[in-house]
Amino acid sequence: MPDTDTLATEATTGNAVAGIDQSAGNFKYEEKHDFDAGTGLTARTVDYISSVKKEAPWIHDFRQQALKTFFAKPLPTHWATRDLENINFDKIRYYLSNGQKPKRTWEEVPDDIKRTFERLGIPEQERKFLAGVEAQFDSEAAYSNIKEAVSKQGVIFVNSTEGLREHPEIFRKWFGKVIPTGDNKFSALNSAVFSGGSFIYVPPGVKVSHPLQAYFRINAENFGQFERTLIIADEGAEVTYMEGCTAPKFTTTTLHSAVVELVALKGAKIQYITVQNWSSNVFNLVTKRGLAHEEAEIKWIDCNIGSRLTMKYPGVVLKGRKARGEVVSIALANDGQHQDTGAKMIHAADETTSNIVAKSISVGQGRSTYRGVVHIPAHLKGCKNNTECDALLINANSRTDTYPAITIRGSANNVQHEASVSKVSEEQIFYMRQRGLTEGQAMSLSVNGFINDLTRQFPMEYSVELKRLIDLEMEGSVG
Amino acid sequence: MSSLEIKDLHVSIGEKEIIKGFSLTIGTGEVHALMGPNGTGKSTLSKAIAGHPDYTITGGDVLLDGKSILAMEPDERSRAGVFLAFQYPSEIPGVSIANFLRAAVQAHMGEGEELDATAYYKRLYQKMDLLKIDRKFTSRAVNEGFSGGEKKRCEILQMAMLEPKFALLDETDSGLDIDALRIVSDGVNQLRGANLGVLVITHYQRLLDYIVPDRVHVMWDGRIVKSGDKSIALELEAKGYDWVKQELARA
Repeated sequence: MPDTDTLATEATTGNAVAGIDQSAGNFKYEEKHDFDAGTGLTARTVDYISSVKKEAPWIHDFRQQALKTFFAKPLPTHWATRDLENINFDKIRYYLSNGQKPKRTWEEVPDDIKRTFERLGIPEQERKFLAGVEAQFDSEAAYSNIKEAVSKQGVIFVNSTEGLREHPEIFRKWFGKVIPTGDNKFSALNSAVFSGGSFIYVPPGVKVSHPLQAYFRINAENFGQFERTLIIADEGAEVTYMEGCTAPKFTTTTLHSAVVELVALKGAKIQYITVQNWSSNVFNLVTKRGLAHEEAEIKWIDCNIGSRLTMKYPGVVLKGRKARGEVVSIALANDGQHQDTGAKMIHAADETTSNIVAKSISVGQGRSTYRGVVHIPAHLKGCKNNTECDALLINANSRTDTYPAITIRGSANNVQHEASVSKVSEEQIFYMRQRGLTEGQAMSLSVNGFINDLTRQFPMEYSVELKRLIDLEMEGSVG
Repeated sequence: MSSLEIKDLHVSIGEKEIIKGFSLTIGTGEVHALMGPNGTGKSTLSKAIAGHPDYTITGGDVLLDGKSILAMEPDERSRAGVFLAFQYPSEIPGVSIANFLRAAVQAHMGEGEELDATAYYKRLYQKMDLLKIDRKFTSRAVNEGFSGGEKKRCEILQMAMLEPKFALLDETDSGLDIDALRIVSDGVNQLRGANLGVLVITHYQRLLDYIVPDRVHVMWDGRIVKSGDKSIALELEAKGYDWVKQELARA
């Protein structure tokens, strides 16, 4: 196997040649890690993490079992890319902590972390929102404060460590139930070494008016981040969760492997929004799935920009009658990047509906793949699925693939599938340049137009941030 | 006063020479018409001046106020004050006219200058009123699903907002019925003035009934073969392009 460092350097240099400006995420500050599990992964690493976190025995056992599963499972290279083989699991640090307890107020947040937020360009609008934000700095939440109004409604919004400690009765009931440890090699890895992430519980009938937010970023070289998020919306509850990532640039390969589980009980609604901008050396291998009970609704809005390889297929298991699932996915693959994204819709009850809209943009040698699963078994009636995949190619050598796996048995169900591939033409770019836009601005406008109908569904500040990320990517993509 | 000077211009597409020594000087405040049969190089000329990458300048020069623009990028030429109204404007799916124009107006502003959104919309609506364009028009995606007339109107609105020194109108009348033709011509006439020089490129004389030119030039085989006042256009209309051909053969 080739040496990971060398490969990662190549990937980074490749981008430098293309002139990609990743400077928005390219900064680091002095870090002090009071706890550090070292590099590599053994049963002792897991013991160490569990003891630092002062975890209950059941969770320690859970981790050790997961580790065994991780070692036993093969990499999914039989259908996915062989690039996964370049991950050197022995060179990764599996746990880091600032030794900080979650902060209660903004004032208590250390200045260097505030500075990091500033450099990330979080808009003023959002800084105001930070009063209700949980932001992860390295493994532990550096800031965790529930807006007073939200906690008064009985909403629990804490990091997963605190959730396990303070609310084991709710946590344990749903933890690992939507995504079992053995779902795939990386969900097993996460289950063994997870740290950070959010735990949210919304009581019956409570509609959370503000979106709950979390910012994640990786800030230590060779450090993998394995956050674990569990969101439970009790009967008739409604909640929106937003997650944004901007990673600094590294010279060595970094692994991000999160697990996110959503549970929407009868009539509940969960919307989970992600805007990610990983640096081009990150393997982003995330498992996200929701369980929708009767008449419940789960919607994933997932934007993937950057990373070396992203493999992510948010899914919804439509377990109860009339449950609804939706995935809105945007992926942008620049030079040297591969976005392998899509959606899974597992229909398991009558009259369930699912909707998938996936748009991908491939720039230069960037590659984007749509991979979808829609499963409707024969005994179900009145199920509907609509799948729409659109790909936009910026250069002739960009690549896009679509693998829609739709298994529909029986005839009492309705499925639609549409796919399109379009290209930004030279004429279109010339037209815009004739109006004074630079080549980069013109491409950026084309791309933003292509995804416009999707970004309109985003909260304002997120669509602004996404537009800014696309501008940065496109600026760097012109020769 | 500004000038756009095209000096002995030669332009090729691939190996094929299309423009073969074209010369013309336009000053602001003037409207010139360039007429000629299809395939004579009219569109090539306008795209070459705008800096389209498919066209290679093999000789001559294009000077804006005495300075060559040939080394400039297409967007720099635009910002310097050269506007091209396209014969076939591109669609930009998902981008509204208002947003596109905003990006264009911002691009035309100096480094570090921020566009004032309120002032921008005020000016946009003024121009739309001037051109008798419905307010709803600018929320549509640029040229997407537009009729021929709507596309041309969109071009004229962009021209009004960008306030160029020189506008090249490439076959602005093509694909227009008589009502649309009148609306577009009215728009151009509204924008005519001391600060704008116009080159109207057209195949037919009828556009010149509405946009009355100061000078008319007849193009043939990549160069101007005849220039005069608007009476030439009428003569062309009466005698057809064969007349020019015969005159050339005699010369």
